[in-house]
Amino acid sequence: MRATTGYTENHPRWLRRRKSTYWWLERVSYLVFILRELSSVFVAWTVAFLLLLVHAVSQGDNSYRQFLSWSASPAVLLLNLTSLFFVVFHATTWFRLAPQAMVVHVRGRRLPGAWIAASNYLLWALATASVAWLLLGD
Amino acid sequence: MPDRITLSVARYRPENESAISFQQYEVPCHKEWVVLDGLNYVKDQLDGTLTYRWSCRMGVCGSCGMNVNGEPKLTCATFLADYAPGPVRVEPMTNFPVIRDLVVEIGDFMRKLTEVKPWIVRKEEKPLSEGEYRQTPQELEEYKQYSMCINCLLCYAACPIYGLEPDFIGPAAIALAQRYNLDGRDEGASERLEILSRHEGIWGCTFVGECTKVCPKDVDPAGAIQRYKLSASVASLKRLLMPWGAP
Amino acid sequence: MSASHDVVLVGGGGAGLRAAIAIAETNPRLSIAVISKVYPMRSHTVSAEGGAAGAIRPDDSLDEHAYDTISGGDWLCDQDAVEAFVKEAPQELLRLERWGCPWSREPDGRIAVRPFGGMKKMRTWFAADKTGFHMLHTLFQTSLKYTSVSRYDEWFVTKLLVDDGRVQGVVAIELMSGRIEAITAGAVILCTGGCGRVFPFTTNANIKNGDGMALAYRAGAPLKDMEFVQYHPTGLPFTGILITEASRSEGGYLINKDGYRYLQDYGLGKPEPQPVFRSMELGPRDRLSQAFVKEVEKGRTIETPYGPVVHLDLRHLGEKIINTKLPFVRELCLKYQNIDPVKELIPVRPVAHYMMGGVSTDIEGATPLAGLYAAGEAACVSINGANRLGSNSLPELLVFGARAGRLAAEYASTRNDDPGPKLLAQAKDEQRRLEALLGENGGRERIATLRDEMQKTMEESAGIYRSGDSLRQAVEAIGRLKERYADAAIEDHSRTFNTERIAALELSFMLDVAEAILSSAQRREESRGAHQRTDFPRRDDDRFLAHSLAYRSSDDSCRIEYLPVTITRWPPGERVYGR
Repeated sequence: MRATTGYTENHPRWLRRRKSTYWWLERVSYLVFILRELSSVFVAWTVAFLLLLVHAVSQGDNSYRQFLSWSASPAVLLLNLTSLFFVVFHATTWFRLAPQAMVVHVRGRRLPGAWIAASNYLLWALATASVAWLLLGD
Repeated sequence: MPDRITLSVARYRPENESAISFQQYEVPCHKEWVVLDGLNYVKDQLDGTLTYRWSCRMGVCGSCGMNVNGEPKLTCATFLADYAPGPVRVEPMTNFPVIRDLVVEIGDFMRKLTEVKPWIVRKEEKPLSEGEYRQTPQELEEYKQYSMCINCLLCYAACPIYGLEPDFIGPAAIALAQRYNLDGRDEGASERLEILSRHEGIWGCTFVGECTKVCPKDVDPAGAIQRYKLSASVASLKRLLMPWGAP
Repeated sequence: MSASHDVVLVGGGGAGLRAAIAIAETNPRLSIAVISKVYPMRSHTVSAEGGAAGAIRPDDSLDEHAYDTISGGDWLCDQDAVEAFVKEAPQELLRLERWGCPWSREPDGRIAVRPFGGMKKMRTWFAADKTGFHMLHTLFQTSLKYTSVSRYDEWFVTKLLVDDGRVQGVVAIELMSGRIEAITAGAVILCTGGCGRVFPFTTNANIKNGDGMALAYRAGAPLKDMEFVQYHPTGLPFTGILITEASRSEGGYLINKDGYRYLQDYGLGKPEPQPVFRSMELGPRDRLSQAFVKEVEKGRTIETPYGPVVHLDLRHLGEKIINTKLPFVRELCLKYQNIDPVKELIPVRPVAHYMMGGVSTDIEGATPLAGLYAAGEAACVSINGANRLGSNSLPELLVFGARAGRLAAEYASTRNDDPGPKLLAQAKDEQRRLEALLGENGGRERIATLRDEMQKTMEESAGIYRSGDSLRQAVEAIGRLKERYADAAIEDHSRTFNTERIAALELSFMLDVAEAILSSAQRREESRGAHQRTDFPRRDDDRFLAHSLAYRSSDDSCRIEYLPVTITRWPPGERVYGR
């Protein structure tokens, strides 16, 4: 197609603007996106922490207590609180975006996006309730 | 509402310049005037050298996309009064090479559009004498949203991935591919999958979601791409588990 | 300095793209060039809203579609062309369906049709209220399949190359770089659309400057029926944005400043709560526009900063109907004029909308000049006669785009000549002329000033009502504007994407077209369809059942000749509405 012209003697010099390394600071939505991506790191840490906990338990009572006191230290506490924030952030942004990605048809009609988001929150609430019952019940 | 407003317009003259400079123009600010009316006033009355694209003045041709105060907008649908007292910064759309002033080069998109095969692909056509392919209003709804794209390319201006990785096929092209994939009359989904399941295709997208935000026609290209990721994954899985062909 | 193709299409809208596809399918070995001054998806076809007519219902017939078209055109239509048109229209619309066009459907999946002004039966196919948009994008995306189609996007054609009595190519500027090339061809098809921009209030986009009409006119081909300019009765003031006829076919009312449905005073039937075919608000466009002018004279219109308007009332339809059937109307009113049709009255006035006239062609799309063809709004076959019915122009693009394409393909496949030295000399002269425009010419007239004056002249003298004196003065005024044009100031001396030079060239095209319109109108001493003379208020079939042909004389003035209308089965009758 001729539209993809090669350079001729009259061809003007196109200005190609380079994207700044700090492009993600230019708009709030870009910043939120980057934080969302970053939250995966904290999700990974939460998994790692859980594995460490399981390992500590498997090593016996002493190692478990050591682990608990280590977890109570200010640095680890801060890390875990930050992780809590980011995990919640991760989940809520995911739930907000899920309806855009999932189109569900029931009997030939499209389910409204709000239902998909709502069902995600519902499952989350149920999971939390079950865990709470396990931990706190009796 | 003041009756004048200043436009701060990006200029680039390739013969003598290698960077953008800004020029200020004061234009009338009427209630019905959009940024494009301001630019036309400049070109007609103040500075005939100001260069930009426009045509329909009603948001359907897609020519007049520019960055207004940093946001990709159709300048025919952006009221000057909303920016009072101004100044209003008007720049060429982000992520595209600038040819001159506010005109950007869109050849890359035109090539990518062709690559995704945006036409009905069918092995066999029934003759015209047999009438139309039946398509219920519900079936039409399936792809209708993605068919509304006016190719204004604001989504490409908003997409940071397109800015960082120029090979990315991009929101509009993928949404148009989906438009055909979801059209019951089309049989080309697997052909398009070949092209789109590469890294420059759907997997380049990290669901920033800006494209959907700036789209003036509510096409929701981000949604189209994520849905495509789901169906592409399912298709790949099927191919893996049933290499002899899915039923 | 030059490129060569078998067929060159000037214009990449509905007609141009349909023609390109037709040629590619007829003869895949022909090399096709689509030269468009904008990217094809920006072509003005994109803005058409209401629909495309094709008789498909069992209670409808081709003859009825033909009769509605012919009577709506006040018997100036060539009936053989109309018969061919109504026959091929449903086929072409169906072909578009095959190519993916998202026609709106009945619940059972069949193509849906709706009523439209001037049509006695429901035969208008539609794709929501963005029919032109969907048709154009379907055509454009489908055209991408054909590798024999080369596109010259954002190239502006400035002249037709004619040698040996044949059109053999064009000279065009590549906007991006400013380079000027001769593109030779066996055949050239003009699909450049109409020329609404010679008027101040128009639905037409900035790009509708009558380029192809002027190119043909300057090359010696005649322009047919140029005096017939269709006004759309409902356009927004200031922007000229069209408020589709569908808003009336869904049940909107036109009311004056007293809230009165004034159309009942003008022989268009009695006001009913529901829309009635060919009556009141669904009457033909020219009658509605004329009623507006009369209301202005009676002082019953509403004054605004942009001139007098009447109101279109959609409030009684309710939000649900407006959102399903007329979503685009609501969107346009809100986004461009900050008005909500659900709650408010829409200010409207007649706006110049469509040129019935254009480059004279026969029913296959050939002009009298060998090698030159035309299709779409740029052409005049004529199927629209003195007044076009709504929803006939979109199928016209397809039917005649395909016809012209096929005929041009056949002609071009027999042509194998190399461009002669005279042709290349012409191209070189043109190149020099265009380059000179970039020099320091020291002109003193602003292009915008000349354009505004031209538009004002046209509005006053070639508006809805015309008179001999006013037309004569207007022709002289255009002559003076042409002289002043020689002194036009082009401040932009750059080669790169010089839109000021393009605007100057477009203005020069528009001045030629304006002169053709005024001269044709001056000579037609009768009133017919869209051409209404206050000094000759009756239709005169004895003298004027003929097409006017505007030729450019050697002294640059406009010479008018006449060509009889082809009548086959429907002898001229009286246009009667609203029974």
